[in-house]
Amino acid sequence: MILSEKHEMMRRLFRQFAETEFTDDILEELEATGEFNWEMHRKMAANGFLGTKIPVEYGGQGGDSLAYVLMVEEFARVSPVLSLYANTSNSLGAGPLLFCGTDAQKEKYVTPIARGEKILVFALTEPGAGSDAGSTLTTAVEDGDFYILNGRKTFISGAPFADYAVVYARTDAAQKGSKGLSMFILDMKLPGVSVGKHENKMGIIGYPTSDIIMEDVRVHKSDLLGPLHRGFSTAMKTLDGGRLGVAAQSLGIAQGCLEESIRYARERKQFGRPIANFQAISFMLADMVTEIEAARELVYNTAVMKDAGSPDGAKRCAMSKLFASEMCNRVAYKAVQIHGGYGYIKEYKVERFYRDARITTLYEGTSQVQQMVISGSLLR
Amino acid sequence: MKIIVCVKQVPDTSGKVAVKADGTMDRASMATIINPDDLNAVEAALAMKDENPDSRVIVVTMGPTQANAMLHELLAMGADESVLVSAREFGGSDTFATSQILAAAIKRIGLTEDTVVLCGRQAIDGDTAQVGPQIAEKLDMPQVSYVSEIKKEGNTLTVKRMLEDGYQRVEVHTPCLLTCIKELNTPRYMAVKGILEYDKKPRLVYDYDALKDDELIEVDTIGLKGSPTNVFRSFTAPAKGAGQMLSGTPREMVAQLFGTLEEKHLI
Amino acid sequence: MMSAFHNTKIEDFHGVWVFCEQRDGQLMETDFELLSEGRKLAEDLGCELWGVLLGNQVGQLAGQLGGYGAHRVLVCQSPLLAEYTTDAYTKVICDLVTEYKPEIFLIGATNIGRDLGPRCAARLHTGLTADCTSLFVDTEKYLKFLAENSNVDVNPDKYDMEARNLKMTRPAFGGHLMATIVCPRFRPQMSTVRPGVMKKAEFSQELADRVHVEQVSVRLAEEDIRTRVLEVVKETKAMVDLTGAEVIVAVGHGISRDPERGVALAAELAEKLGGVVGASRAVVDAGWLGAGHQVGQTGKTVRPRIYVALGISGAIQHKAGMQDSQCIIAVNSTAEAPIFECADYGICGDLFEVLPLMIEAAGGRA
Repeated sequence: MILSEKHEMMRRLFRQFAETEFTDDILEELEATGEFNWEMHRKMAANGFLGTKIPVEYGGQGGDSLAYVLMVEEFARVSPVLSLYANTSNSLGAGPLLFCGTDAQKEKYVTPIARGEKILVFALTEPGAGSDAGSTLTTAVEDGDFYILNGRKTFISGAPFADYAVVYARTDAAQKGSKGLSMFILDMKLPGVSVGKHENKMGIIGYPTSDIIMEDVRVHKSDLLGPLHRGFSTAMKTLDGGRLGVAAQSLGIAQGCLEESIRYARERKQFGRPIANFQAISFMLADMVTEIEAARELVYNTAVMKDAGSPDGAKRCAMSKLFASEMCNRVAYKAVQIHGGYGYIKEYKVERFYRDARITTLYEGTSQVQQMVISGSLLR
Repeated sequence: MKIIVCVKQVPDTSGKVAVKADGTMDRASMATIINPDDLNAVEAALAMKDENPDSRVIVVTMGPTQANAMLHELLAMGADESVLVSAREFGGSDTFATSQILAAAIKRIGLTEDTVVLCGRQAIDGDTAQVGPQIAEKLDMPQVSYVSEIKKEGNTLTVKRMLEDGYQRVEVHTPCLLTCIKELNTPRYMAVKGILEYDKKPRLVYDYDALKDDELIEVDTIGLKGSPTNVFRSFTAPAKGAGQMLSGTPREMVAQLFGTLEEKHLI
Repeated sequence: MMSAFHNTKIEDFHGVWVFCEQRDGQLMETDFELLSEGRKLAEDLGCELWGVLLGNQVGQLAGQLGGYGAHRVLVCQSPLLAEYTTDAYTKVICDLVTEYKPEIFLIGATNIGRDLGPRCAARLHTGLTADCTSLFVDTEKYLKFLAENSNVDVNPDKYDMEARNLKMTRPAFGGHLMATIVCPRFRPQMSTVRPGVMKKAEFSQELADRVHVEQVSVRLAEEDIRTRVLEVVKETKAMVDLTGAEVIVAVGHGISRDPERGVALAAELAEKLGGVVGASRAVVDAGWLGAGHQVGQTGKTVRPRIYVALGISGAIQHKAGMQDSQCIIAVNSTAEAPIFECADYGICGDLFEVLPLMIEAAGGRA
């Protein structure tokens, strides 16, 4: 896709920021401690990145989905984990609120999220309900002006430091499956809310993930988000945006892998010449760049179509995520292969890319779930 | 208050630099960037505006229309208005002629009692550091160069002017011109919002006709003909002949090195 | 007066001038470098070399200037010239130039020279070439210089040699390109000259004794000066005399594994060899050493007897600042590092391993 001048400027901005601010020292610290880097969060907030796709009237920058995709891609190209820092607020965070929040809710929650003053996470997954959201066991029982929430959410990225979470709970015990679910904005400081221990992950280290446990948490009715008993369809719409984000992240990781591989293949000499001169290596590079470009076209186009309200939006988001994430893993595999033994050593960037790439086919719906979504819409 | 910032689009000399067979720069094949010191000047202007929101920041550059890309970025950073000074007649200007033209452009933008003109210390293509002071001379205003700190109170500026062995603290009144160095600040990034809105801001173009009535603009003061200096020859230095790579264990190499140095009475 | 000056024929400008900068009554090294170079130009032109000295109570410095080649020193003294201000210095210099009409005017490319030079050139309506690294009037010498320093065809037939014109050569585009600039139609031909580049001549007491010192009355009023110097602060701690150093031990990005130790080891070797520590831009940007240590296009140009480049890849910007060193020793773990192209002696190895051995080897010598 030929980008407009403004989107080209945005790409330059995101790249400049990532290359300047995501220093090796910071990346190593994230990896070593696994802790959330608040300074980076504040820096991104100060530059408006947490609200790239949030409308100006709610403190955001007013960018479109393509702007958001470019940001996540460029950030992930340098640091896949830091790309999440600016991702959540723009997609799963503010997404459901912008989609079906009341004006009061938008005012109260979206503006501080866009400015990075508050962090909101998305809590759908449960120990027994991943992509099968219909099996949600968390319950919300009406009690006067409140709902009483009980349950456990798992693998919630950002939960340990979040201010709010959008949680899904069954409000109508009589209904089965995906019906009878509702969304709530959960204040993480309410009595009865606690978080589990930080998961020890393979990659994306530096963005803690944990369970959220709710024990008789009283959530005020004003924090019911969207229509009662019909939260599931909203969840699915929000996931579309999230999937586009993962597709963009995959694109960035793959691009980073490619650039590292080209540099290494030029520098590394074997048998008296740079390994880039061997067809076995150069053809791998050719395959990598071709796949990346194909994914890029798909992802960018999907972003534009989604904003245009295309009826194919959901399917295209799933296709983008499926293709880009699988592509990203193939590219990361080749990148390590080109690096040989050095690719297995932590000092080389591709080692981290390789581990970070692995999550992309898993979260926000595994590749198999994307296949279900895509085939489902084909055979409808 | 009006803050006028002179900026220049330059080839990125930190990357690969292309030299043509005739020894001149192949500018067309090189990536362009905003001259780094000029970004510090822009940041200084925007910081002044942050403190005094009534101010207007106007960026001005002389160059071909490609320089618009740079001006758009500066508007996206927060500048209020841009002026592109562009005409065939202006081409080939050296620093003297460039400062004549830019001074005329600044007069056209309009100088007031509280105007501050900011420039970067020097551009990385020419590294002359001459245009700033020469503009100040043409506008008959005081200048302070190598500025690493600015404090402003009303129309009085107190600035830190760096020297090799320390600094001066200098007081100067508007209208005045300052040239800025990188120690002054860290330039801000563009903002997505700024990018989306840059084209709603005034973007002026001054061609030859717009400036020709100024006393500074004469056939013999601008362009190639009006430039006192000419490039006589340009060339690249040949690579020095390869030296000697030592071999052996580190200890052997070091021993060999110091042996040779001693032999040659270098130590 | 100005228009009379502008109508003066080029042939009526005579003499080579050097602006002799002083700070706190101390002459700058560049003054001696420029006088030494200016003397050669004056001899080629068959004219005199004059020094121009501005300040307050600085007359006693004139003899020293003579010792490096000045035939005559114009001394302008006034309390208003005690501290450098653009307005005062420009006015006094322009008055002198207008009156005496020198053919060539050289100024050290210090932070003061590069403030003063352009302002004067603009007022005098003449050309100024910034930050020059070589200057020639004589055609033969210029061609010899080209032959040694470029691949340019130096067949004299191909040159309109610009007769008496000063051929001012300087690096451009971050050191990627050298350009020779001329100023054929205006006088004086002005140039700021990069500190540390021109060779300083031996001080000659005989010449110093013969120098003609001329006190010039200064027409200057307080209202002429639109800036006020509130204070002057010396920061000696940041000062590293890179340009004057005989030996420089410079560190680059190669120390990143343990910057603190890398700098400490370099300092130790420098001390053993009687030198100072330099740095590449990467090191300064990372904050491991102050900007005063930086060698290269954006830092200092140096030409020490020995330049040790440790873990410096040898980007062209860095080379621009050190390639004229007498003996270059490079230590780098990458055999292909461009620094080896300009090194006299190269050691391919880990600097953290090699450096202690060098310190040991240097131990007994210096």
